[in-house]
Amino acid sequence: MNKILASGWTKAVVFLMCLVPALLLGSGWYKEALGPNPVENITHTTGDWTIRFLLITLSVTPLRKLLHLPMLIRFRRMLGLFAFFYGCLHLTTYLWLDQFFDWAGIWKDIYKRPYITAGFTAWILLVPLALTSTSWAIRKLGGKRWQLLHRLIYFSALAGVIHYYWLVKSDIRLPLMYGAILLVLMLYRAIIWFRPKARAGGSF
Amino acid sequence: MSNLRYSQVTPKSEYLNRRRFLAGGAAAVGALVLPVSTYAGAKLSGVTKSPLSTTEPATPFEAITGYNNYYEFGTDKGDPAKNAQNFKTSPWTLTIEGNVAKPKTLDLDGIMKIAPLEERIYRHRCVERWSIVVPWIGFSLSALLQQVEPNSKAKYVAFQSYYDPKQMPEGKHAGIQLPYLEGLRIDEAMHPLAMLVVGLYGEVLPNQNGAPLRLAVPWKYGFKSIKSIVKIKLVEKEPPTAWNLANAHEYGFYSNVNPEVDHPRWSQAKERRLPGFATRPTLKFNGYGDQVAGLYTGMDLKKYY
Repeated sequence: MNKILASGWTKAVVFLMCLVPALLLGSGWYKEALGPNPVENITHTTGDWTIRFLLITLSVTPLRKLLHLPMLIRFRRMLGLFAFFYGCLHLTTYLWLDQFFDWAGIWKDIYKRPYITAGFTAWILLVPLALTSTSWAIRKLGGKRWQLLHRLIYFSALAGVIHYYWLVKSDIRLPLMYGAILLVLMLYRAIIWFRPKARAGGSF
Repeated sequence: MSNLRYSQVTPKSEYLNRRRFLAGGAAAVGALVLPVSTYAGAKLSGVTKSPLSTTEPATPFEAITGYNNYYEFGTDKGDPAKNAQNFKTSPWTLTIEGNVAKPKTLDLDGIMKIAPLEERIYRHRCVERWSIVVPWIGFSLSALLQQVEPNSKAKYVAFQSYYDPKQMPEGKHAGIQLPYLEGLRIDEAMHPLAMLVVGLYGEVLPNQNGAPLRLAVPWKYGFKSIKSIVKIKLVEKEPPTAWNLANAHEYGFYSNVNPEVDHPRWSQAKERRLPGFATRPTLKFNGYGDQVAGLYTGMDLKKYY
């Protein structure tokens, strides 16, 4: 399995799979098949995939340890960048198709509407992570500092879940599900963190 | 208990206005003695065109019937069209009770015969910032209310939807209390624009649009236009309403369309006309201010949102 994961082909296939939601939206747009309210459809689809990619990215570390698949690490940066990619599409949809670049209205929204504030926060927190995703940046920052900076993803995912929870009208099943998954992924980290260091060093 | 006279609750101009178009509909009465088909998709005959219609182009049938908020059948816009297909609308029983001289129980045939059917093309503005234009078929709610003779204690009209968890299993995820409840003040309910709807686009109402009987109150946000009505009760106190019970801070009893009063989570200044991308400014009372603003003279619409 680690061999398959190490292959360049696998990475290419995963890359293409990650693009599928965007390609489907693109073809839906082209064929005018996004339903009566295309803006809502695009907003929901890109928002959903942003949260999903954040959670998938956050599950790389637990999975590689629990399944003994260290090679999974090869995909983490790409998955994280896809979270940023869908986040950018989501934000662009809001700025362009929802608000038509009415900057006064947008600014009022960010400052006045808690769910927009939370969503915007989630996106802003991802910007430094995307900018420092290169190997050069890791070297420049040093492993420790880079890792510390990239813990911002925890807060981005939390802000994303809160953003979703605050915007739904009444059926809160999906935001609760994403929240529960995030909780499990964070609990895993908390357990590792609080385990006596001596033991943690050995088996993990 | 003295009977409330109709002229006491309706401004005279509207009263006369209603008479004018009711007369227009009288030609259709002949058609109503024929048996009426009441399954979804059946053509409705003897429908006259109402002068209350907007001249704006109607939203295509596919959009009106494929994009619905009907939480009993699921919270996704596409859910009701899928999940309401086998909903049983026949037999149907509508009861009208409360502070009235002549309570009534009607079946489908009785409902279709309350008044001559009219086509009224109304704007419909959802609280979620989208709008459509719908060619509804039905008649003024006042036609039914007049028949039951409300008395002086009838200050409000409470409406209740059908709810059957067996037929509507998605209802348990709605996140709002069901059966769905709505209400109007009596003068709002008596306003000629307030409409009882039995069809759209010349056909019996599709299930996902609230068959067999729903309201269309075009100057209020869409959720006031309750679907699949089984009970109408004339009451003295302001009745509870579903969205107000779920979140009083966001959804008021009146819920008149008003670009000046934001929903706490989004601005109501604009709306998106479906299908498509284009937005337009939202009009106060959804553009029906000339007819209905008088109902709210002296009321602070920011307080009574």
